[in-house]
Formats: sequence, C-alpha cells, structure tokens
Amino acid sequence: MSDYTQMWRDLGLNLEAHDMLLNVLGNAYKDIYLSQKNRPEGMGYFDFVMSEVHGLRIKELIDEKAQGRKIIGSYCVFVPEEIALAANATLVGLCSGADFAIEEVEKYLPRNTCSLIKSAFGFKLGKVCPYLESADMVVGENTCDGKKKAYESLGSLITNLYVMDLPQMKSEQGKALLKGEYYRFKEAVEKLTGVKITGTSLKNAIKTVNAKRSAIHRLSELRKADPSPISGLDALLANQVFFYDNPARFTESVNKICDELEKRIQDKQGAVPAKTPRILLSGCPMAVPNWKLPWIIETSGAVIVGEESCVGERGTRNLVDESIFNLLHNAGDGVNESSIDDNQIIDKMMDAITDRYFKVDCAIFTPNQERLNHIVEMAQNYKADGVIHYSLQFCQPYIMESIPVDKVLEDKNIPTLRIETDYGMEDAGQLKTRVQAFIEQLG
Amino acid sequence: MNYAGIDIGSRTIEVVVVNDYSDIICSLQADTGFDPIAEALKLFYAVEERGIKYESIMATGYGRNLFEIAYANLDPVSNSKKLNLTANCSAITEIKAHARGVAAFFPNAATILDIGGQDSKAIALNKNGRVKKFEMNDRCAAGTGKFLEIMARTLGFTIDDFGKEALLAQNDLTINSMCTVFAESEVTSLIAKGSDRREIAKGLHISVMKRAVSMINRIRAEQYSDLIVFTGGVAKNECMVKLISEKLCCDVLVPDNPQMIGALGAALIALEQQTCKTSKLYG
Ligand code: SF4
Ligand code: SF4
Repeated sequence: MSDYTQMWRDLGLNLEAHDMLLNVLGNAYKDIYLSQKNRPEGMGYFDFVMSEVHGLRIKELIDEKAQGRKIIGSYCVFVPEEIALAANATLVGLCSGADFAIEEVEKYLPRNTCSLIKSAFGFKLGKVCPYLESADMVVGENTCDGKKKAYESLGSLITNLYVMDLPQMKSEQGKALLKGEYYRFKEAVEKLTGVKITGTSLKNAIKTVNAKRSAIHRLSELRKADPSPISGLDALLANQVFFYDNPARFTESVNKICDELEKRIQDKQGAVPAKTPRILLSGCPMAVPNWKLPWIIETSGAVIVGEESCVGERGTRNLVDESIFNLLHNAGDGVNESSIDDNQIIDKMMDAITDRYFKVDCAIFTPNQERLNHIVEMAQNYKADGVIHYSLQFCQPYIMESIPVDKVLEDKNIPTLRIETDYGMEDAGQLKTRVQAFIEQLG
Repeated sequence: MNYAGIDIGSRTIEVVVVNDYSDIICSLQADTGFDPIAEALKLFYAVEERGIKYESIMATGYGRNLFEIAYANLDPVSNSKKLNLTANCSAITEIKAHARGVAAFFPNAATILDIGGQDSKAIALNKNGRVKKFEMNDRCAAGTGKFLEIMARTLGFTIDDFGKEALLAQNDLTINSMCTVFAESEVTSLIAKGSDRREIAKGLHISVMKRAVSMINRIRAEQYSDLIVFTGGVAKNECMVKLISEKLCCDVLVPDNPQMIGALGAALIALEQQTCKTSKLYG
C-alpha cells in the first residue's frame, strides 16, 4: 500500500482520527469478510477496492479533479448519477455506515436520530471522510423528516451543500416536481463544471449507468441458484462499492464475477451447502461498514439471497429507457448541440430519467404499496425461506412500514422477523439469539 | 444412552440429563455467577460424579455459543478425569429449547411466555409443537426478572417473597416508568411519600404484566388453542401468574420446575437428533 498521508493531510483530514477509523474498518473487514469460506475468486477485486477505499480511489478522484472534473457527493439513490456524468462530474455515495465523534454529533442532533444521519455528521465533524472532503458539491435531499431537518444544520458545516427537493406521493404532480428538481440539479451541475450537457453526453451517461445496473441485475439473477454461488455479504459489498467505484471498471469487475458464478452454478458449487436456509433482507440502506446484521445472519447458518434496500435492489431496479436513443439517431447526428432538436432530445431523456427514479419505492413515499409488492415478489423470485426486515432505530418511515410488510408476508405464509437496531455492537448477542431462533424456525 | 441439555442463563444455569425413553434421570441447577463457563463445567463434573454418562450435550441460553466453543477447546489433560470429552456439543436457541421442553409436559400448548433474568419472550407454536412466531424484549431490562429483582431489593423484599407480598396489596397503584432506572426513582419517591410497600410491589407487577401481555397479544392472534404455558424464573412468582391469567381471561399453566424447561428441551432435542442420525444410518 502506498503512503497517502500527504494526500489525506492536504484534504484536511484529522490524521489521528482517520487512522483510527481505517484501523477499525480494516479489522472489521478481516473478521467479517476475509474469514468467509468458498468466496469467488473475483471478490479479490473488491478486497482490493476496500483495502484502497481511502487510498487509491481517492487519488484517482484527486487526479480527475486536476484534469478539471468535479466530484459530487450524495446521500441518497434519488440523486441521478447520469446527470453528474453527462456534465463531466463524478458522483460518489457518502457512506455513513459507522458511528463517529458521537459527542460532537449530539451537539447538532437529538439523541433519537437514526444512525445514518448521525454518522453523516460524525464523518464531517471528525474530519475522517476523504470522499466528503474532496467533494466539490454535496447533495442532500428532502426525504425523511430526519434528513430534511438535519441538512439545515449540516449546511453550517458543509459550505457546498445543495439540497434537492423530492416528492412524497407518486402522482403526476409528484413526477413533475421530480423532473423540475432534476432540471434544477442539471443546471447546478453545469454551473459547477462549466460543461453543458448535450444529447450525446447524456446518452453516454445513461448507457454507463445502465450498464452498471445491468451488471448488478445479472449478479442478483445468479443468486437465485441453490446453493447460492456467492454469500450475501459479498453481494452486499458489490452493491456498496457500486457507489464509489469508477463506473466502467465496476461494471467490468461485476461481470467478471458473474462469469465465474455461472461456472460455479454449472458445477453445483456454492458459497454455502445446498439447502442452506435462504433469507431476503429488507429495509433501511446498509452503508459501508454496516455489516453487523448480514454478518450475524450468515454466521448463524443462513445465506442472504437478496437485499430489498437502497444499497441493493430498491436502488438498482429498473434501467433508464434507452428506446429514446432511436430518436437521437433519427434526428441526425445529435451532436448539433445548439439546435432546438438537441434540447428536445435532452428533454425526452430527462423524462426517461425521471420515470426511472420515480419508481424507487422508498418508505418516505405515501402510499407505498409498490414496496410491499416488491418484497413479496423478491421473496418468491429468490426462493427465500424467510424475510428479515431491518430498520435503523428511530427511522420512522421504515419502522412504520415494517408492520404492513410483516402483515402482507404473513398473509402469504412467508415467515418474517422484524429487527430494529443501530450501528452499536451492544445488542449483537441478542440479535444473534433472535436471528438463530428465526433460522431454526425455517429449518 | 443418555443426553444432556444445559441452559446457561444470565442468573442461573440448569443441566438436565434424559435417557433413551425421554425420562429425566438427573437435573441440577447453579447460579451463573461471574464465570458462566466454569459454573457450567462444574455442573457436568457433578453429573459425572453421580456416575451418569451422556452421549451428547445440547447447549442453550445466552451462554450457548460460548459454551460450545469452550467445550470444543477443553484441555484434555486436566479435564479427562472429570469429564466425558468424547460427547459432542452443539447449540440451539432458548426459543427452540423452550418450545420442545414445554411440549413434553403440555402437548397442546399453543403459546409460551418465558421470562428469565434478562430476556422475556413470547412464542407461538403450531399444532405439532414447532415455533411459528416469537417476540423478544429489546435490549433493556424492562419487563424481565432483573427488573423485578432490582425493584424487590429497592422495596426491601426478597425475590422469593416479592410476588406473595404483592398479592396482599389492598389497592392497585400505578407505576408509570418501565425503564429500570426511572422506575427505581419512582419507587423511591413513592416510599418517601409513605405509599404502602405492597401496593407499590403490586403496581410493579402490573407494569411487567402489561408488557408481557402485549408481547403475547402480538403473536397470539389466530392461535388454535388458548393454552398458555409460563416458564422461566419469573413463572415462580404467583402474583405474576395470577395477573397475566386475569388479564388474558384464560388459564396460565406453570410447569413444576419452570426454570428447567429450557435445559430439558435441549436434552430432548439432543436425543432426537441422535435418533434421527441412527435411523438414517440403519433405516
Ligand atoms: S431509503 Fe429513501 S432516503 Fe434513504 S437512500 Fe433510499 S431513497 Fe434515499
Ligand atoms: S434510515 Fe430512515 S431515518 Fe435514517 S435517513 Fe434513512 S429514511 Fe431517514
């Protein structure tokens, strides 16, 4: 590993605290990931990415910046990567998966705030996140009340915070609001980078992000096999790295793993023995390094076969409709940037982008029947023996929704376990008992 | 052949040994103390001293995984005289163990309430005695044996008399806090105000009862029978049994030795797993 100390210092990180974080992260990764058996060889790539998550990848971003690209950080899957890419910017997810600087955080946030929001503040206040510190723009979004109000305070800590408004209902008005916000975001990004989005650049961006999602879809499809060719932890990691990595390289690496998994399936080789109880995990996003619950599940004799989560299928479901590109060809070369045609084409693409994101069934929407349907559908498609619903403590939207989720699954005779937890390890023993008892119940 | 079950709880440890016919041939109990694994091993020494042998051990309770690991790594030199090191040891959760243990005494039980030292749980069973659904208290001690123990101490009762004294209360008194820390200060201020100790005790029992009942109600919908069995140390508390049965308008049955149920269930599962293996071998 190279020495990145100077780079971290230049970014203004608190080196001592940062060392501490890397240490914790490294140990957790070793205990949770590297101790797994029968991992696909292709996971070596992700091991490397994780070992360099604050190193090489940050250096790449800094190099991109030196060449005039801008870095945009985001906290939610509603922020469209396509728009960032089309305007010569790179979008990175800001993970918020660990507690940090808790006492400092509680000067800004009430104690009963979810771990994710607290963590976002902790990483800023502790000066330990190189992604956050290298970002030229940080996008917050009006989703749950917690985040909405938290961004008001976060604005005093992050000067380049941009807040995106989001609808709460899946109505025509809601969709118009989302499209309007995506246009406003487009202008903000264009202003930041000084690069105007063209039909061609937006088309290429859509293709890049669709390819990344398709690779994940392919991976998910392969997890339907019994025995599952990959552990849930490893698949979760791929879904987590989705948010940081260079998109093209990510797509290539995931596809490579998929080739390997296809072979494994042919050879009836699994990450776990056949007939291992299969779990669908549903609920709040799981950001790096929040691996606690998946780890407990998979060390209790079960395998996770799908994540109904924003770091998972809720975040990656559906592609942006590419049939729109035919129009582009019909309109000629499409490179004529100043023509009215190009604006019309861009508008059509903005519609297609809006359509795709508008389908994300986050619990902040009301009503949200689509999510219930998707959970049942996923449980059936991935042949899950049971569903574990995971909510972060104090996350009102997902905790509230867990009750109808439980009901709808019970009606379908799918066993369900509801878990409420946070990033701390104090409840690990109790969680283990619950999860083990649930798995016994399935067996 | 014999089979041992051990339930390592936060307050007590129980060992039960059954024979091939599911008869209990030995049952022992000890306080958990500060070194649960050492206490657990001492119980097995005691079993061996009685000349009782066992084929396998099934561990349950919060210490189950620790015990499983510790047992696999026992030093053969210092332990071979005192212990049968060839027995293989595995673990199951207390939820499965209680379901099995209760079925041995009450084959028609549909619901189990288990309140132990640091956990409380409600378990719904289906007709063949398997776990259908369960609820557990979250990480705090509210509604558990620990809560009652601390409150008994605050009021100057022994834990054994706590329920009996509460039953003698003339009136009900409401305790608002479920949190152990807040409830303790609420109790202290009630004592200072001169409230009757037994009434305070009753109020505390009522608050634990409410929590238990709401847990039962969450899992009991559409259960095929009314029969509720109460296990764990708190099942020995007469006041608690009475309050829960009154609130739910049905009988609440308590096995003779409610603290042994987990260890018994574990021993029976060890026996069944063995039988299952043997029948696979020969069948
Ligand atoms: S759960 Fe909702 S708010 Fe959170 S990342 Fe997903 S879409 Fe955004
Ligand atoms: S986990 Fe829940 S409370 Fe926390 S940010 Fe997401 S939606 Fe909001």
